[in-house]
Amino acid sequence: MNVFQFILQNHGEVLELTLEHLWMVAASTLLAVLIGIPLGILITRKPGWDKPILGSANIIQTIPSLALFGFLLPVPWIGARSDRLAILALTLYALLPLIRNTYAGINAVDRSVVEAGRGMGMTDRQLLLQVELPLALGVIIAGVRVAAVISVGLATIAAAIGAGGLGEYIFRGLAMVNNQLILAGAIPAAGLALLADVTLGWLEKRLSPV
Amino acid sequence: MSTSAQNGPVIEFREVAYRFTGGQELLNRLNLQVRRGETLVLLGRSGSGKTTTLKLINDLVSPTEGEVLVEGRATTQWDPIRLRRGIGYVIQDSGLFPHFTVERNIGLVPTIEQWPADRIRKRVRELLQLVGLESNLAIRYPRELSGGQRQRVGVARGLAADPPILLMDEPFGALDPITRAELQREFLALQQRLQKTVVFVTHDLREALLLGTRIALMEAGRVVVALPPAEFTQSSDPLVNQYLDAFGAACNGNRGPA
Repeated sequence: MNVFQFILQNHGEVLELTLEHLWMVAASTLLAVLIGIPLGILITRKPGWDKPILGSANIIQTIPSLALFGFLLPVPWIGARSDRLAILALTLYALLPLIRNTYAGINAVDRSVVEAGRGMGMTDRQLLLQVELPLALGVIIAGVRVAAVISVGLATIAAAIGAGGLGEYIFRGLAMVNNQLILAGAIPAAGLALLADVTLGWLEKRLSPV
Repeated sequence: MSTSAQNGPVIEFREVAYRFTGGQELLNRLNLQVRRGETLVLLGRSGSGKTTTLKLINDLVSPTEGEVLVEGRATTQWDPIRLRRGIGYVIQDSGLFPHFTVERNIGLVPTIEQWPADRIRKRVRELLQLVGLESNLAIRYPRELSGGQRQRVGVARGLAADPPILLMDEPFGALDPITRAELQREFLALQQRLQKTVVFVTHDLREALLLGTRIALMEAGRVVVALPPAEFTQSSDPLVNQYLDAFGAACNGNRGPA
């Protein structure tokens, strides 16, 4: 039986695991957007805050994912359910590309344009919302894209703590030395990653000014 | 506005010094007055402090020592937003917002001042005509314009809310010589009609002689002389002569409208 026959025969379960996977990726990416973009904006406003915040996000990135799942287990409420735990871990990983791209995107906006706006009497808020964020949007979406694609891959590991997702097949396949089972998890996961990449890539192009 | 402010200088620098936080000095004991309706040109080489002097007027930088008075009130006493909205600002390469159409760029200050939409639209049409642009350019983006057109839009944007003061930082510096000459001529005609108080930064002596009603020569953060063009070319100041020599023959026979 090849992998595609397997997927066809078990399409109900495959779909369920794919949806679980998608849920973890979407929820964590959304959370990371809600936290990462404001943090990225904040460090363009507060000189001296950029290094500690980018540094912390960098350090999180270096923690092996299995270890991070383990670290988060004792956290109350979060540790009580494995999907919450997985989503939090994925959110933490997604923060770096979001903070970094927001920060870099805003700093890359032509200084003469920002200064022209300031010189004409725009408030900081007007500059941010009407000039800096719109001009940085392409770079910020590129950060979301990177974060989402990384999350799809990392979310397979969430199965190790029982959070479900397509990693279920991969871990089961590893345990049973069954390559088809591994592929039954890996192929839909790769498909999700491609889908996220293409969709957000399109959005990136659409929303990039000029 | 009090009468004393009406009669006094529009802009006044009093013993102004400006230093970076590191201690490096950019301006030193700068004294200068700008009178109502004149075009004061700040002339000087790169690093002489011209642009910083300009930015002190709209409070983009604050003086380390001394004070800058605008309409009789120190810039530090002004609400910076109010101060800036009353001062037109035109810079090199125009600083247009690349994601705004020409119409939105020109209408920027009226928009943030919350003028009604139809009044803004009318004003934009008026300004396009004033700076010699076709009204069908209104829907274009800056990247779709030539350098000269962009700079005209920059001037129109600076004039949008009809500010009494206009600051221009090498506005024609990036243009080819023919377009530059064209815009300089138009600026003169425009200024004759509008009678704004203009502070104009340039390092081009010819431009200074052509456009200025007074030329302030800057060197190492100080104003060396401030003279009308005719007196400027006759000055015996060694630095002025150095400048005149550097431009040499180019200036002969072109001593401005004066």
